[in-house]
Amino acid sequence: MFEDIILILDSTLRLSTPLLFACLAGLFSERSGIVDIGLEGKMLGAAFAAGAAAYMTGSPWMGLLAGIIVSVMLAIIHGYASITQRGNQVVAGVAINFLAAGLTVLLGQAWFNQGGRTPQLAISARFDDITLPFAEALQDVPFVGPIYHDLISGHNLLVYLSFVMVPLTWWIVFRTRFGLRLRAVGESPAAVDTAGISVTWLRYRAVILCGVLCGFAGTYLAIAQSAGFIKDMSAGKGFIALAALIFAKWRPVSAMFTCLLFGFLDALAIRMQGQEIPGIGEVPVQVFQALPYVLTVVLLAGFIGRAIPPKASGIPYVKERT
Amino acid sequence: MTEQSVPAIELSGINKSFGPVHANKDINLRVGKGSIHGIVGENGAGKSTLMSILYGFYHADSGEIHVDGKSVHITDSKRAIELGIGMVHQHFMLVDPFTVVENVMLGAEGGAMLNKGIDQARTELKRLADEYDMKVDPDAVVGELSVGLQQRVEILKALYRGADILILDEPTGVLTPAEADHLFRILRVLRDQGKTVLLITHKLREIMDVTDAVSVMRRGEMVSSLKTADTSMAELAELMVGRSVLLEVDKKPAEPGEVLLRVENLNVKDERGVMRVKDVNFEVRAGEILGIAGVSGNGQSELLEAISGIRRAQTGTMDLAGDHVDLSHSHNAGQMRQMGMSHVPEDRHRMGLVTSFAEYENSILGYHREPEYSKGWFLDLKAIRSEAEHRIQKYDIRPPNPDLKAAKFSGGNQQKIVLAREIERDPDVLLVGQPTRGVDIGAIEYIHKRIIEMRDAGKAVLLVSVELDEIRSLSDRIIVMFDGQVVGERGADASEGELGLLMAGVNEEHAA
Repeated sequence: MFEDIILILDSTLRLSTPLLFACLAGLFSERSGIVDIGLEGKMLGAAFAAGAAAYMTGSPWMGLLAGIIVSVMLAIIHGYASITQRGNQVVAGVAINFLAAGLTVLLGQAWFNQGGRTPQLAISARFDDITLPFAEALQDVPFVGPIYHDLISGHNLLVYLSFVMVPLTWWIVFRTRFGLRLRAVGESPAAVDTAGISVTWLRYRAVILCGVLCGFAGTYLAIAQSAGFIKDMSAGKGFIALAALIFAKWRPVSAMFTCLLFGFLDALAIRMQGQEIPGIGEVPVQVFQALPYVLTVVLLAGFIGRAIPPKASGIPYVKERT
Repeated sequence: MTEQSVPAIELSGINKSFGPVHANKDINLRVGKGSIHGIVGENGAGKSTLMSILYGFYHADSGEIHVDGKSVHITDSKRAIELGIGMVHQHFMLVDPFTVVENVMLGAEGGAMLNKGIDQARTELKRLADEYDMKVDPDAVVGELSVGLQQRVEILKALYRGADILILDEPTGVLTPAEADHLFRILRVLRDQGKTVLLITHKLREIMDVTDAVSVMRRGEMVSSLKTADTSMAELAELMVGRSVLLEVDKKPAEPGEVLLRVENLNVKDERGVMRVKDVNFEVRAGEILGIAGVSGNGQSELLEAISGIRRAQTGTMDLAGDHVDLSHSHNAGQMRQMGMSHVPEDRHRMGLVTSFAEYENSILGYHREPEYSKGWFLDLKAIRSEAEHRIQKYDIRPPNPDLKAAKFSGGNQQKIVLAREIERDPDVLLVGQPTRGVDIGAIEYIHKRIIEMRDAGKAVLLVSVELDEIRSLSDRIIVMFDGQVVGERGADASEGELGLLMAGVNEEHAA
């Protein structure tokens, strides 16, 4: 039983990581007032780029770099449409999703001829699992040992990085000048403008940061969790991350716990596959997969407090003309 | 003040056009250092545009700006702040969920990390608060402060950035008379400490009360600059409009008849579930105008919406010209109209007009099902247009073009379109919300006359306005709303001070 729990929690961490990166990415964008439904597309684009680059260079670091570059490029397209051109942010985000879904398969087929996949990666071209210091030594200590050795140790670098990003994001958003302005521009861009700060540049920076973090999320999918890019491998994680962001009310620490909860549901779903629950029978996997969305809808309906988005989110900033 | 010295601001030959609209024509303006300088003009006279140019929001097409005698180019708000110009906008530029300190330091954080800047801002806020008698809790969340305090935060924000020249755009629109008086006291202290204040307003009384000098704008031009001591309200009004205007409304005593509108036990919640109207009862008789006074946001809008059929009330009944209506049940504006109620809504852009429709289409909105405007399923466009043309003549709507989109008319003419539509249906009860908001003085005079005419024709008129002068000059009886409740009723002869206290929620009868 204890081992089962450790196993489920272990896979919870792995499954939460891409959600957490994408959720924090969305946090930067949405705090600046840019609704980002294109997290999914940016992740997918980054996953493909990371898979392709890691295969061709043999280096996971080059894969990460490529993933970030592609994701940032998609973010800039989204920014150009919604900040400079003042277009509809949701429509622009959906366009990014379609663009990424189509283009990754098209380019993948053209370059590698494996039905839209990138070729299988060798271990050296991936982010491999890390064994933390003393993990082996402590392995046999009761209780603490398994937790440290099996649960905390033995993940790849990106997993640890995603959790480091949580306090870092909190610190940026709540303790720095950039964070103050970021929060302000999502609530009242006119106040930012009259304070002599460029709304456009501020929002671009937020969107680019969002792109960088989506780059990590996508890279994780392709070359840390798996050994290559597979068609549509983001599989709705961008949307779940968005739901987590709403669930967490746009706050970094809550975002982490929400992502862990959604990751846990996912891990549970995998674990419960084909297993009978006494008295109930076999529960379809889809029940667990739908839970994040159900929870978010319940939240939005106002049953668990209120989720109030930044006031200016979704509204392009136009200087008033009197 | 030393007016011979270098002026704080000197504008010469400023021009600014927005497309075909020449908003500022060849403007010259000198503002003496250490003075309060008023700028008056009707809506659309170009005051706000001029100030936005001074604050770097817009760029002038041509012209020169001197600040403290030096020629400057104000490229953006940042440059204006560097030059010591601060602006308090009509709509506050505050971040509601932020604290006072965070709002004050936004854009002047003093470093990439916040911790040092916060301490500094806190100390400086305390110093400014003591120096200018502007106390405010630095850790209060701005969205939870009263409008008066929010405005104080705006002023502190400007002073924190070292503003020597303070521009205030229509600062008293949202204040109670007492709050406005306090603001003027602060402005005088600022002047006496050597700051220069530019006060933009359309309220002539404020100009007379607080300014040292005044400049009048009309249709994009600077018509005149005068010392306040040498002029009068009548003269300023004439300069603003370009002809002499009657500031007082001329009316006979009311001859109230039977009760045409009786509202009882009205409670209304807004969409967030907050109770906005609490246990309100009143009646309006034929041939009288009942004025509802109050600072904006004290439930007047919800009250109007509930009785006009736009919003459902929690509880409440209404007797409307012989019909009994339960306001807590489903009802709509069309049914109210059928029973003899007309409504000139507070916000003509949002509720009174479809601004992208032509004038003639707007002239029948809500009445399009009437037999004279329709042929079966179709509109009778010929009849509609001829009616529209008739009203354009009768109400002197300019330009006299029924095909023009409503958005292209000035505020005053838009209001006339709405007023004509509602009055021409010959209702028993007329609801009027903010009839002269954003309307020029000439049209105000006309609209007031028309409302009085309705009263004299034996209609019951319910007038809601945040302009106390308007309430006092039109109403036969006045009730005052504060925090959703009727806090008092007074006759038409009630003094401004008395009503002002009620508007602030102070009822001496209750206190006694």
